[in-house]
Amino acid sequence: MSEHPVTLVVNNRRYDLEVGGRPGDLQPTHTLSYTLRETLGLTGTKIGCDKGECGACTVLLEGEPVLSCLILTVECHGKKITTIEGLEDPQTGKLDPIQQSFIDSGAFQCGFCTPGMIMSVKALFAGNPSPTGQEIREALSGHYCRCMSHYHVLEAVAGSVPKAGGTDE
Amino acid sequence: MNKENRFIGKKVPRKDAADLVRGKAQFIDDLKIPGMLHAKILRSPHAHARIKKIDTTRAKELPGVEAVLTYEDTPVWRAGLPSHIGVLSNTVRYVGDAAALVAAVSDVVAREALELIEVEYEILPAVYDVLEALEEDAPQLYEQFPGNRFPLACPWMGPESLQGIFMGDVAKGFAESDIIAEGSCSYENLPNPLPLEPPGVIACWEGPEDLTVWASAQSPYFLKITLHYAMGRINVRSIASHCGGSFGTKVLLWQLAFYAAALAQATRQPVKMYYTKTEHFAAYTLRLGSRFRGKVGIKKDGRVMAVEGDWLINTGYCSDAAQGMVAVGCGELQLMVRCLNWEIKPQLVCTNRNASKMVRGYGGQELEAAFIPVLNMALEKGNIDPLDFFRENFVKPGDGYYWRDGNWWVSRGIDYGKAMDRGAEVFGWKEKWKGWLRPTAVDGSLRIGVGIGVHGNADVGEDVSEAYVRLEPDSTVVIHSCLSEHGTGQRSSLCKMVAEVLKLPIERISVAPPDSLVNPYEFGPVGSRGTYAIGSAVIRAAEDARRRLLERSATVLNVSADDLDTEDGMIFIKGKGGGKSGKKIRWKDGLGFDRTCLGHGYFEPDFSISNFLMVFVEVGVDTKTGKIDLRRVVAATDVGKIIDSQSLKNQLHGCLGSAGLDSAIFEESVFDPKLGRFLNPNMLDYKWRTFMELPQFDTVILETPMDTHSFQSVGVGEIVNAPTPPAVLMAVSNAIGVRLADYPLTPDKILRALGKA
Ligand code: FES
Ligand code: FES
Repeated sequence: MSEHPVTLVVNNRRYDLEVGGRPGDLQPTHTLSYTLRETLGLTGTKIGCDKGECGACTVLLEGEPVLSCLILTVECHGKKITTIEGLEDPQTGKLDPIQQSFIDSGAFQCGFCTPGMIMSVKALFAGNPSPTGQEIREALSGHYCRCMSHYHVLEAVAGSVPKAGGTDE
Repeated sequence: MNKENRFIGKKVPRKDAADLVRGKAQFIDDLKIPGMLHAKILRSPHAHARIKKIDTTRAKELPGVEAVLTYEDTPVWRAGLPSHIGVLSNTVRYVGDAAALVAAVSDVVAREALELIEVEYEILPAVYDVLEALEEDAPQLYEQFPGNRFPLACPWMGPESLQGIFMGDVAKGFAESDIIAEGSCSYENLPNPLPLEPPGVIACWEGPEDLTVWASAQSPYFLKITLHYAMGRINVRSIASHCGGSFGTKVLLWQLAFYAAALAQATRQPVKMYYTKTEHFAAYTLRLGSRFRGKVGIKKDGRVMAVEGDWLINTGYCSDAAQGMVAVGCGELQLMVRCLNWEIKPQLVCTNRNASKMVRGYGGQELEAAFIPVLNMALEKGNIDPLDFFRENFVKPGDGYYWRDGNWWVSRGIDYGKAMDRGAEVFGWKEKWKGWLRPTAVDGSLRIGVGIGVHGNADVGEDVSEAYVRLEPDSTVVIHSCLSEHGTGQRSSLCKMVAEVLKLPIERISVAPPDSLVNPYEFGPVGSRGTYAIGSAVIRAAEDARRRLLERSATVLNVSADDLDTEDGMIFIKGKGGGKSGKKIRWKDGLGFDRTCLGHGYFEPDFSISNFLMVFVEVGVDTKTGKIDLRRVVAATDVGKIIDSQSLKNQLHGCLGSAGLDSAIFEESVFDPKLGRFLNPNMLDYKWRTFMELPQFDTVILETPMDTHSFQSVGVGEIVNAPTPPAVLMAVSNAIGVRLADYPLTPDKILRALGKA
């Protein structure tokens, strides 16, 4: 046990990470996206730019959407993190309604932007179960999608709002 | 097929849909090969320089560094067209060119090592502008290409590949013209297609002559062939990961493969080369720089009598596809403008900036974006409605054109006039078009204008495809087509086609991994060939497999194979007394439980069928701020038969991405000739369209059966972007009443045009 273990709760599972210089150790320079992908093997979180400019790496930190490429893992000590892998029901494998709606609407082309977008929508719905179209677009405005799947994404999100009504369209 | 289809055109989720939304799809950065090292590149800060001395001692001493390579110790592999680029060279030719390579146990260590390499450069004069590069005393990039001119031949397209458009008698054509317009236009803002996922390759040597690469490849088999020839005829196994967007840019991954393979050879370990976003911006693929200078002669009624001009193409420091893009661009221009007298002279020029390479739109977008504004001057003079003009002048069945192979092809496609008309109706063109340089509406400082663009390509049947279809005794099917998923859903569309041929539930059909070891030759889903060319090979393979299955079953059932049919994994006698309710056996009974059955299908290139797209755009220009608001887009096309509506619409929406429409509004790689480099290689300073600025987007998709394969369908992937930049130019010019020919139309340019800045 090193002197400064960092504890993360990722998708309801607890990880105690040793801080140090040996291979596999958590280093103070590691970003959350790096730790998730390289140390914990949760590669569903994508890195498009690694500089906070594209939204691909979005995860939930204590329920809030954050760019995991901009956060140091050591800052997340004791925090709860949800990634795309944590959305489906761990027992049944049943997908989150947002995930299902993305499938139904064909809301992706290459799909590299998809996990990040879904996480932002998840956070939006948690705080606002019947967002307006404007609110949906704002929640997604930091997500780069070069294939231009935007229109199908909006359809998918509209199709999965927890409480219908209240849209401006 | 006159019978109702079960799968074609029906909404069926993509095979990889669940993987994508669960974060399970494996992209190149998600793969881990045991013992894998990480590669980094030391890049030149100079636009043109000779490496006088390079000292790697300190870098090599850094713990965790496994290899540092310079031009002195890299293998002699060569690529480019004609081949002119090695792994490393003692001359760097753009800011960002590779000077040294490092492989280390981690990204961080590799990056640290770069800082320990000392290079002494002898700075050479550099040249960036296409005309300056052609001047006699211009700095020369390559000894073997005097005058900075690349030869135009593109041998893989055929010995006579198209190197311009020359036919008829232009002097006579101009003499017979009522209206002649002359001018020039540049489309040189070098937009970056910039898929979200950067390019990546992992290389691993299995033996001295046997290389395996995993790549974020759009065309894994084509990568195998490219590397085989570039690396001294070695054996290459090429495996594609899920591809996080390509738009053409991840077809030619030889350069990343060179770096990874050289380091893998030096370290005897697998090496991963994955670009950062900055490298993706500044050292990967840009669009061609394109400048057209020439004239167009037309009759009062809009018939085109002659087109003449110089097409100057700036491809940056290297070319590996530009010759092909020149050939296809010249073909495409003829599809758009029917004319008997042509003289279009391309010159392909290298300069000291990052390279222009293969991008969706493939030459045609670049040529037309520069040519159409000149053509428009003629239409403006003649007061001709561009819709009528394009409708009349687009290639019709029976018309001919020189295509990329240099041969004359006669179109046996369909007339797209219907799709144009339908698009115009949906858009409301007749009501909105008020004449050249006239706004559709004015509301205070807001001026609204409309424009159109058209683009066609005879590439739906280009290049060779092969496929196997394997029937298993348990009534499942495996398609062997070396096709990676890069966003079009084509792997799933192939399943639909095979499901239709074999009348089998789609769940029973899968596609083998995109691995060149287990699949036959496949050029890849480039151009718009996925549906027709790749589809044809797969359909034929499925038909071949079906025939074999029925032949074998015929001996079991003691009937003629012609009397048999199969559906839902059962084989039965057709017609009276038979049918599904009659005697039937399972595939297993026909094949034997320990047998499979393999069908083989080919597709041979054919350039006689074209596809087409017309876009209508409406813009609002704020004359106070100069800002352009894209209000509406209508994309109209005819695909013969829709295979998958969601994927198709997604692709059409794609014109707003991948260096398409917005290259006319705000997308540009800003180059500073004083510094010799780009100023905005990041996603904040390089502008892109967000969810907050989506125009109303309508698609008009007609289904006039085409003479292609059994589903009478063609693809559209290549053509969605190309018509959009000039359409925007037209719309904005009309909105503000000033003719503009300067991409992109940033607010400063609008204000200047209005005399406000
Ligand atoms: S990868 Fe984090 S914002 Fe782009
Ligand atoms: S689907 Fe490719 S980036 Fe969004």
